[in-house]
Parts: sequence; structure tokens; C-alpha cells
Amino acid sequence: MSTETTTTLSKKDFQSDDEVRWCPGCGDYAILSAVQTVFPSLGIPREKFVIVSGIGCSSRFPYYMNTYGFHTIHGRAPAVATGLKMSRPDLSVWVVTGDGDALSIGGNHFMHVLRRNVGVKVLLFNNRIYGLTKGQYSPTSEVGKRTKSTPLGSVDAPFNPLAVALGAGATFVARSVDIFQPHLKSVLERAAAHPGTAFVEIYQNCNIFNDKAFENVTEKSARSENVLYLEHGEPLLFGKESPRGIARSGNSLEVVDVAEDGDGAGLVQWDERLPSAALAFELATLGPGFPVPLGVFRDVAAPVYEDAVIAQVRAQEEAHPDATLEQLIRGGDTWQVAGPTS
Amino acid sequence: MSLPVAGHERGGDQSPERSDAKAPTVQRVSDVVIRFAGDSGDGMQLTGSQFTNTSAVLGNDLSTLPDFPAEIRAPAGTLPGVSAFQVRIADYDIHTPGDTPDVLVAMNPAALIANLGDLQPNSAIIANTDEFNERNFKKAGLEGNPLEDGSLSAFRVFTADITTMTRKALEDSDLDVRTKDRCKNLFALGMVYWLYSRPLENTVDWLQLKFKRRPEIAEANIKVLKAGWNFCDITQLFQVRYEVEKAALEPGTYRNIHGNSALAMGLVAASRRSGLPLFLGAYPITPASDVLHELATYKRYGVTTFQAEDEIAAVCAAIGASFGGALGVTCSSGPGIALKSEAMNLAVMVELPLVVCDIQRGGPSTGLPTKTEQSDLLQVLFGRNGDSPVPVIAAARPSDCFEVALEAVRIATRYMVPVVLLSDGYIANGSEPWRLPEIEDLPDLRTSFHDDPETFLPYMRDERTLARPWAIPGTPGLEHRIGGLEKADVTGKVSYDPHNHERMTRLRAEKVARVVQDVPDLEVHGDPDGGELLVLGWGSTLGAITGAVNQAREQGKPVSRAHLRWLNPFPANLGEVLARFDKVLLPEMNMGQLALLLRGHFLIDVQSYTKIEGKPFTRQEISDQIDRQLGASRS
Ligand code: SF4
Repeated sequence: MSTETTTTLSKKDFQSDDEVRWCPGCGDYAILSAVQTVFPSLGIPREKFVIVSGIGCSSRFPYYMNTYGFHTIHGRAPAVATGLKMSRPDLSVWVVTGDGDALSIGGNHFMHVLRRNVGVKVLLFNNRIYGLTKGQYSPTSEVGKRTKSTPLGSVDAPFNPLAVALGAGATFVARSVDIFQPHLKSVLERAAAHPGTAFVEIYQNCNIFNDKAFENVTEKSARSENVLYLEHGEPLLFGKESPRGIARSGNSLEVVDVAEDGDGAGLVQWDERLPSAALAFELATLGPGFPVPLGVFRDVAAPVYEDAVIAQVRAQEEAHPDATLEQLIRGGDTWQVAGPTS
Repeated sequence: MSLPVAGHERGGDQSPERSDAKAPTVQRVSDVVIRFAGDSGDGMQLTGSQFTNTSAVLGNDLSTLPDFPAEIRAPAGTLPGVSAFQVRIADYDIHTPGDTPDVLVAMNPAALIANLGDLQPNSAIIANTDEFNERNFKKAGLEGNPLEDGSLSAFRVFTADITTMTRKALEDSDLDVRTKDRCKNLFALGMVYWLYSRPLENTVDWLQLKFKRRPEIAEANIKVLKAGWNFCDITQLFQVRYEVEKAALEPGTYRNIHGNSALAMGLVAASRRSGLPLFLGAYPITPASDVLHELATYKRYGVTTFQAEDEIAAVCAAIGASFGGALGVTCSSGPGIALKSEAMNLAVMVELPLVVCDIQRGGPSTGLPTKTEQSDLLQVLFGRNGDSPVPVIAAARPSDCFEVALEAVRIATRYMVPVVLLSDGYIANGSEPWRLPEIEDLPDLRTSFHDDPETFLPYMRDERTLARPWAIPGTPGLEHRIGGLEKADVTGKVSYDPHNHERMTRLRAEKVARVVQDVPDLEVHGDPDGGELLVLGWGSTLGAITGAVNQAREQGKPVSRAHLRWLNPFPANLGEVLARFDKVLLPEMNMGQLALLLRGHFLIDVQSYTKIEGKPFTRQEISDQIDRQLGASRS
């Protein structure tokens, strides 16, 4: 094999010559741009990146990235990526998936890649709708959603992707928004640096079938008043006009006015490295009246799956340096049949 | 002289002899079939395997047929709880585990009743009388004691209080009664060892190794084994002892091997010979799990095993590993293969090497998990959306799984294609002596990855094989995208062009058709120039067909046989060979799946002979069909 590319890479190096075919105005464009900006900054040779996707609008992603890419089948990207990463731990493997792909048809693989802590990054573009099949409700669609397949409104309770990930034992969980470029890039950098499975939910606007699904976050006043940016070691604060914070009150969390609280001593100090995922879960599932947290919900160190698998194989290889095929087939009881003596 | 009730003689090689006055008659037999039957908790599989291994080391040819109950532990003493192990040993080259047992060891009434129908008049029954009581008669659905009511008068019945004598042998032991009783299968084994003049050493060594950490258990088992042997030696329960000489097998080193073990070893050998690390993605399923179990112990050979969350993840992980440059393999049975079909199609589309092993069992649906069948042939050939051909190869016998694994890997890597390897429960769990190959005689499977950006396009093709280049991530300058969407010829870009789709569909088919370049011509055993009747087989029917055809030819009947190893593509001369015979008889353990294909391909009225009982054909069944076909063509 030839040597690694060592030249400094730029965003252009990661743009493929395939024409990008998402609908104009789709949030996927912003995510693509962020990824193409972050990848060259990671110090990883281009040929070491692999993007694995499933099926859906988001899963066209690999075609637009000038890296190795594998557009697999519906829901199965985490499984393909697991096999790839186990056999090639040297690669930087990124799974791109959507809410239907990861949480419906691929729900099983999604939770298992997380509980195993395979060293892959999972970017879930959540637009709360099926786009590619032209507008059916998805497992993250809200109750009451009217779509082609729910003309009277959906009665299915939705999944909260972060809660599912935390429940599955994910070691890195984060959330960002397609058009919040600086924030998205910083979250992607954090994900890249995490050794195990890094899960990032990205709110993604589908302007064709589910426009403004995340207005409560992206709309101008919401951005400043309704978004809580998680900062490790800092108190949970939000709101520009009227600064507020999150405090603990008995068994639950409450929103408090910072002006009244004075020095903010009663506010919850954010710690993304807590051994228990309980607080992250509470923040991931905050209800009405609370802000929407963005940033890193959890980042804890844990053994990486492929490292453990490979360590077992290597230890066995080292313990039996002379393991030959001869030994393999001749292990066990053997006997000789002599040739004709005459 | 007593009648040789517990074995078959052949020709003039019978040599009865009397050593001294006390000793029983020792008689040489050529071929014997023994079936050990008991409760699933009675350790019958272990007993049978021990008898097999000892006989293997003695140099007999042998063939085994385990028969597991579907339930792990059905209620003790009932018919669904019966577990059996049949072993045939011979002093010559045999092909099947035998049609009917010469000796049935019945550890309880249910085991007797469940197997009685397979016995011939004059077969021997060794029964553990301790278990023949009212409670067990009721459980087995019996009115009275079959040992006493005359219903077994056609057979030679030998009785022994096996449980009582086991306890007696362990009188001095501190073990509890339950643990003592668990040794009783070794008593029965000791008896059968005596009857067939087998040494105990092999089993003694094995017990010592197996219970290394619990020497008291090893000691108890050994004591009981010897007690069983001594019981026969002292009581003269049997007046005749038998000997089965070494078989005149081809010279070489042998070991006894199960199909699934041979498959696992074959995959490791293919990995070593190709220089590609082996990656197995699997999900537990009967009767394929042993391949996963065995490969999990071969980490020293650089093998990675992945027990996935489901069948789909298992094959997808293998595809991911192949994409990364490993030897991706998945292993399952029919229901699992059904789940894998979409991913197999992905491998067809992205043209990556992959080996999919299907250890067939009775279907449809959950079907008969522990029983054998050949009914996945059409599933693996056609059970995917779109025009999606894949090469299919089938193992014929336990040791053949080794070679077939190498072949499957050779084709998968040379042609960049998923290959299906068919085995079945009969081969997987059955065993036979395997003449070990010389490592340097194994095929050279070395392969190389493309690494030159100047000459690279993802879907350019090799002239001979039509394989596309294997370009693995990490190679500078070869960054490219693959996926399940239709690809443009040569460039591999996504393409919806109608002409391109037709071209690519034909290219994928042509690539699989070209595998025929690596498929040897079909060989006819018997009359190569043709004749009245050809018996054609595939997969595990080889043994019964070979036995029946050899016998028929010895009797001067005009019948030949041939065996198909590749089911897709067929050998180039298949049509021509079939046309040389007036009639073609095709036995299959399904409703005639290959027959349907051959009729369609060659417009020949193949005579389909089917059996769908979850059991392999007996030689006799094939013999009867041969006679029927020959008779019909003469009348
Ligand atoms: S349908 Fe929606 S998600 Fe899909 S490309 Fe169009 S805007 Fe984007």
C-alpha cells in the first residue's frame, strides 16, 4: 500500500464530484458543510475516513463526501460499521442515519452499537418525518402529527433519541442543530475525539415535508431565550433578555430566575462526566416550560469494543506464536493408516 | 456356535475362534450399527461419541447419526425426551451410518419404544431394567412391560440392572445419588465396549482430562465404565463377543471429524491460505451454532468472531469486514438465511466477497430445528429481490465441509461475489474419519487489493472473471463510494439509466456464470458413456446413493451415479451427461427442488424421489428406487 496522504487538507478535499441532490433549502446541506469543514481539521488522512449510511435522505451523505463511503441498506449501517471497525480499527468510521433509519427499522442495531461502545461516530439527522418516501410520520414525530399515513393525526408516542441512547448505555451523547454551524462543528470535533461510540442527534429541518419542526429552537427569539447550551463545569444557564437557570427542587428540576437567585449558587452545575446518566436523562427529557439543551449530555470513558475484541485475539496469537494449520487439523486424536506393505 | 446377531459379516472374512473354555466365542464381523438411546439427560450423545472416538482410533471406518430431541430437557422418561446416537463401524469403506441398528441400547422404556420401529428381526436390545417400571411405562404410553409381554420376541433381548449396578459400583463414593446415577451411561458404554472388544483407555483418558478439576467425578465415571465391562466379562450375559478389524482405508493420518468442525477448520485454512483475517458474524441457531463455538476458540489463528444482535447484523458485520479487507463469513440455518437475504443482495450489488453458510434444517418457519433437510436450495438460489444470482456449493459429507469451505472462499475472493455454502444437520452433527490433507496441497488462495489510483475505477472488471477491484479503505487515492443503488458500469456512480441497469444485471449474471471456469466437469461413476439409469445426487445424499449404487452394480445392475457439488453454476457438461442416460433418478430431502431446476434447464424428465421426514435416506430406500426405475423401464 502507498503511504498516507500527509498534505494539509481543506474542505475542498472532502467534496466529491457528485452533484448534491437534496431539496433546495434542506438542512442536510448545512450538516454536510459542517462535516466537510471539520474533517480536514482532525489530522486524519483522508483515505482513513469511511462514512457508512443506511437508507433515507440523510443516508445519501456518503456520495457527497470524497472519502470512502458505503451506502448500505435500511437501518443496518451500525452493523456494517461495527464489522468494519472491528476488522479495521485504524479507520475513522462515521455512521450517518436518520430518525426512521436508526430508531425504527434499525432500532436493534442502534442500541447494540451503543451498548457495545464500538469506536464509531453516529450522526442522527432528526427531521421527525420520512422524507425520501415522501412524508409519513416517523418514530420521532409528535403525537397528533398529520401526515399521509396519519390523516387523523399520529397516536404513537415518539422516541426521544437522546433518551434511547442514554438508556442503551451510550458513552458519548450530544445534540446540535443543522444551522447552528459553530456549535455543530464543535460538537462534531468532540465526537471525533471520543474513543467509543459517539452519538450526536442533529436537529435537521425538512423544509418539504416537515418545515419548521424545530422552530422552538431555531427561530430568532427562541435561539436566545429557549436554548440552553451545556457547558461542562458551568451552571445551567440560559436566556439573554431574562437570564434564567436550572435548579434542583426536591425530586425534579425547575427553572429559576437568576436575578432573584443572586450569585447562582443554587443552580445545577453541569457535569457531562457523571458516572450515572440520570441527570443527562433528565435534561434530555425536559418538558414544556423548560429550555432545549444543546451540547454534550454525556462523555465518559469506557472500554472500547474493538480494542477488547482485538486484545483477546492478539493475546491468543502471542500465547501461541507457532499456531499452524498443521496443528489445527492434527489437534485431537489421530491415527495412522499404513500403506500396503508389499 | 451362536448366531452373529450383533453385526454383519461380509464374504469370507468371518473367523470365529474359541480361546479357552471360560471365554466366550469371539467372532469377527465386518460391519456393525449400534444405537444408544436414552433420556436427553442420560448422556447418550457423549456415550455414542466415546464409542465413536475409540473406534476411530482403532482404525475402523465409521459414520455417525446423532438424533437430538427438539427440547433441551423434555420431561424425563417421555417420548419427546428421547435422545439417540447411532454409530456404524466397519472394517471397510462405508458411506452411511447404517439403515437399521444391529444393537439398540435402551436406557428406559421410552427409548425402546421410540426406536423399536427401526429394528430388524433378530436385532439385539440391551435394556436397563431398573427403568422399566410402571411410572415409566405410563410416561412412554405403554400398557405393560414390553420386556415381559412377549412383544419383543422377534429380537434378542439382553437385560441388566444398570442403575442398581452403577450405584453398587459407587458404594464407597461420597457423591450424592443423583450424581452417581448420572454415571450410568458409562456402565452401558463399558458393556458395549466389552461386546465389541474395545479398549477402555481412550475414554479413561478423556474422562480424566474432562474432569481435571473434579477428580472425584472422573474417578466415579471410570469406576462405572470398568464395572460395565467387568459385568459382561463375569456374567457371560453375551455368549459371543465381536471384533471389527481396522478398515483398509487409504494410507494417511486420520481423525474423526464432525461436519461443523470441518467447516470451521476449512474457514480457518482458507483464511491462512488467502492471507485474509477471518471474520465470522453469527447469531446462535440450531444446527449452525457449533461453527460459531469452534471458531470462537481459534483466536490464535487471528480469527475474529462476532455474536451479533441478530441474523441481519451478523451478515452486515461480515460485509463491513469484507469492505475493510477481511474474509467476511456468516453462518446460519434457513430461518436466519431468510433474514439475511436483503444484506446478501447488498453484497451482490456492491460485489464484495462474502461466504454465507447455511446449515439446513427442516422447514418451513421454525420447522424441525434438530432434524435434517435439503429444502433451502431454492431459497438460496432465488430468495432475494431482483435478478440476483449467487454461486452455491454444497458439502457432501462431514469431512467434505473442509474442502468446500476452501472452494467457497476461492470463488468469493476471485469473483468478488457472495457465495452460499450449503450443509445440513445430518452432515453438521454426523462424523466420519477424515484423512488429513497435506497443508502444501491446499489451494493457494492469495489475493491482492488494488492500490494504484492511476488505474482505478470502482466497477472496472477483470477480463476473465469479471470481478471488480477490491479497493479497501485506507488506500490513498482510491476513495470511492459503494452501495445498494444500481451502479454505472465501470465508474460505479449511482445510475438510473435503463440500458445501464440491463447491462449491469447481465454482467452480474455473467460473472456468476463464469464461475463454471473453476467448476470441474461432472464425473460419472459407473458407465461414463451412458446407460440405463443415472442416480444423481447433491449434498448429504452422497453416502446413501454411493452405497446403493455400488451394491446394485455388484449385482450387475446397469446403474451409474454422479454427484453435484456446485448447484450454481452447474458443471459445464451436466446437460450432456444427463442426456447420455435413459433415466435420471434424483433423490432429495425436499419436495424435488433440484429436479424442478434440472427439468427447467435441460428439459429432461428427471425422476424425482423425495423424503421429507427430517431424516437422511437409507441405502435400502435408494436401492428400492433403483430397482423400481430399472423394473419400470423394462416392463
Ligand atoms: S425531503 Fe426533506 S429531508 Fe429529504 S432532502 Fe428534501 S428537504 Fe431534505
